[in-house]
Amino acid sequence: MNALVLGATQGIGQALARQLGARGDTLFLLGRDASALERSARDIEARCGRAPAGYAICDLSAPEGFATALDAAWRALGRVDVVIVTAGQFGTQEELENDRARLATMLQVNFSNTILFCEDARERLLAAGGGTLCVLSSVAGDRGRKPVVLYGSTKAGLSYYLEALDHAYRSRGLVTICVKPGFVKTGMTAALKPPPFAGEPESVARDIIRAIDRGTPLLYTPRAWALVMRIIRLLPRAVMRRIGF
Amino acid sequence: MDETPTETIHRAQRATIAGWGRIGRAGRLLESVDLNRDSPHAALFRGLGRSYGDSAVPARETDLIVATPRADRLLFFNRENGALRAEAGLSLKTLNELFLHQGWFVPVTPGTQFVTLGGMVASDVHGKNHHVAGTFGHYVRALIMRTADGRIVECGPEREPELFWATVGGMGLTGHILEVEFTMERIPSPWIRCESRRIEDLRAFVAALKEAAREWPFTVGWIDCLKQGPHMGRGILICGRWAQPDEAPPAPPRLRRMIRMPFDCPEFLLSRPLVRAFNSYLFYTHPRPIKRRLMDPIAFFYPLDAIAEWNRMYGRRGFTQYQCVLPDPGDASIIAPFFERLTRRGVGSFLSVIKDCGAEGRGLLSFPKPGISIALDIPVRDNTSALVAELNRHVIEHGGRIYLTKDQFTAAADFRAMEPRLDRWLAVRRKWDPEGRIRSAQSVRLFGDHP
Ligand SMILES: Cc1cc2nc3c(=O)[nH]c(=O)nc-3n(C[C@H](O)[C@H](O)[C@H](O)COP(=O)(O)OP(=O)(O)OC[C@H]3O[C@@H](n4cnc5c(N)ncnc54)[C@H](O)[C@@H]3O)c2cc1C
Ligand SMILES: NC(=O)c1ccc[n+]([C@@H]2O[C@H](COP(=O)([O-])OP(=O)(O)OC[C@H]3O[C@@H](n4cnc5c(N)ncnc54)[C@H](OP(=O)(O)O)[C@@H]3O)[C@@H](O)[C@H]2O)c1
Repeated sequence: MNALVLGATQGIGQALARQLGARGDTLFLLGRDASALERSARDIEARCGRAPAGYAICDLSAPEGFATALDAAWRALGRVDVVIVTAGQFGTQEELENDRARLATMLQVNFSNTILFCEDARERLLAAGGGTLCVLSSVAGDRGRKPVVLYGSTKAGLSYYLEALDHAYRSRGLVTICVKPGFVKTGMTAALKPPPFAGEPESVARDIIRAIDRGTPLLYTPRAWALVMRIIRLLPRAVMRRIGF
Repeated sequence: MDETPTETIHRAQRATIAGWGRIGRAGRLLESVDLNRDSPHAALFRGLGRSYGDSAVPARETDLIVATPRADRLLFFNRENGALRAEAGLSLKTLNELFLHQGWFVPVTPGTQFVTLGGMVASDVHGKNHHVAGTFGHYVRALIMRTADGRIVECGPEREPELFWATVGGMGLTGHILEVEFTMERIPSPWIRCESRRIEDLRAFVAALKEAAREWPFTVGWIDCLKQGPHMGRGILICGRWAQPDEAPPAPPRLRRMIRMPFDCPEFLLSRPLVRAFNSYLFYTHPRPIKRRLMDPIAFFYPLDAIAEWNRMYGRRGFTQYQCVLPDPGDASIIAPFFERLTRRGVGSFLSVIKDCGAEGRGLLSFPKPGISIALDIPVRDNTSALVAELNRHVIEHGGRIYLTKDQFTAAADFRAMEPRLDRWLAVRRKWDPEGRIRSAQSVRLFGDHP
């Protein structure tokens, strides 16, 4: 399988790329930092015995660069079977409320620019007869909640887009996968206290690969979060207004 | 440090930071994914926190402690000659998962695989093969470091050798290690041939270790340290070597699952009668003749790793490990009085380990030197400092030394008395860090840094 990963320099994306590489898939890495990309490419080569087909700069806050980055990936891989987007940003509600510039960047990176990137990838995949688009949204988008008013809204919009895309294009060969991780212990959450059912990036990555292989359109991972979110979605507004999470 | 940018502070978390003995202090903890970016503001680096004492514990509440395990990229591995370079947070567990089945292993491994490369260098770890292989530092070819003045410096045995040998075994105090390059070793199969047998007393143990050292690359002993009288020092001697391909099963060992210590054990579990019973059980269940078997190297090298968080066994007050090396004229005459003191005081060390050490390495503060190393787990009680001081007196008197990575209770004057190399190391440290910006609770306690 030929896989293109945006966000493989850290966290869930790094674990995913290592596992795909280890099972023999051919990778192309996209990211915003040349030196981090270079080091991650070397890491995959040293671990898996085979280097990625290449890497290129792609910054989710600079959509004008998407086409060039995707051109480079398609050129290096020839055929692309799956496009994976794990890049994304997070800020606590307090941080984002107090920093408009940071909020503006996060809204763009997580929502509008991720969708612009996916639209470009969608066209290319469809033109080649189909493939898989796998994007990381979040359980934070499932219900309006106090601690994730702003971050959660980007993920809510993203989940909506990903579901609709799957309905619209599956018949033409494009499978769209919306991954909703619960709390995962990565650099993104390092300053937060892990709740029960916190997951490790390695096991989350395993779940994601299985979803890609099977074409599962919606994945909650770690599994327990499917149940947690089902309950939270059922809570009446009066309760949501009162509780802290 | 005082001028830490607020953005970095934001990513850090206020936390109680402890060593494996679970005696912690308040500090700021940052789990870094980018050691390069985060190192200029760090007072100390730490790996997986498997040092027992206070070497990876903050000196001050405001100090930023950077934890490295998320920075675990492999940067190259040369499958011709074994040269490997990686970010300092890469764990031995990952290395084993990646390379054991491909015929590669680290030249020196400690008794747990939950350590980072940075921690292995900073403690200059030794293993069951110390008598033939020396310490880990011996196989390190290069380090990339962030020194206290903010520079990035590459050092190795040929390049900035003074900084290098002060860093190998230097407990993180000469600079932050960002990358480690060392040489992996080829192994003939992913299996260990192991032989173990009962030893009846201390003198026989020293003789048996010496004899086994001639034949076996890996040797270690477990001692029942509550046994008094003529059988003082009885225990089990364990020897091993890599199995040749024709002796090994065709399939590699299967992965094992860990069990987890579910809670802090109450202190009575470590009472003398129970510890005595446990140690006798271990001794008498071992068959009298030599027991030979093929072992999974993970079980052979890391028996304690089978139980995650086993350190909770020592209860809320935590514990300390006392490890020292004492010279040995070949007849156990120096270690015997040491064990007599212990048994007289009834120190209920759950597990006590004995090992012969080979030549002293080049690390300015490296622990091993020729003689017999003894490691004891001691649950913390009100008299722990006094007990450590008493054991230290014996060590000083006979020209031995203690292992810094295990220590939390030694007095500064005692450490100085057992470490003639200390002034040389302090001079190198002062040269690279005149203001003592890099510091730990241990450096405050032992090297006079400001609290
Ligand atoms: C069950 C068990 C068995 C053990 N067996 C052995 C043994 O057989 N032989 C042996 O030698 N040791 C042994 N040890 C001790 C262990 O190997 C060392 O304490 C090792 O240093 C722990 O590595 P770590 O990554 O957890 O480092 P930590 O405990 O987090 O840190 C230890 C020291 O290393 C420094 N450090 C860590 N990373 C860096 C870095 N990147 N740059 C600069 N400084 C750094 C810290 O500042 C600190 O001073 C054992 C420990 C346990 C728990
Ligand atoms: N961790 C969780 O608990 C959790 C929970 C739910 C959902 N998620 C979602 O899962 C995804 C992955 O999370 P993670 O925990 O793996 O995060 P992470 O460890 O912080 O990694 C984020 C990745 O995104 C990249 N990135 C950030 N901004 C970028 C930009 N502007 N352009 C290009 N790349 C950028 C980073 O690259 P650099 O290396 O260059 O910084 C990094 O590779 C995110 O979408 C996140 O929202 C995570």
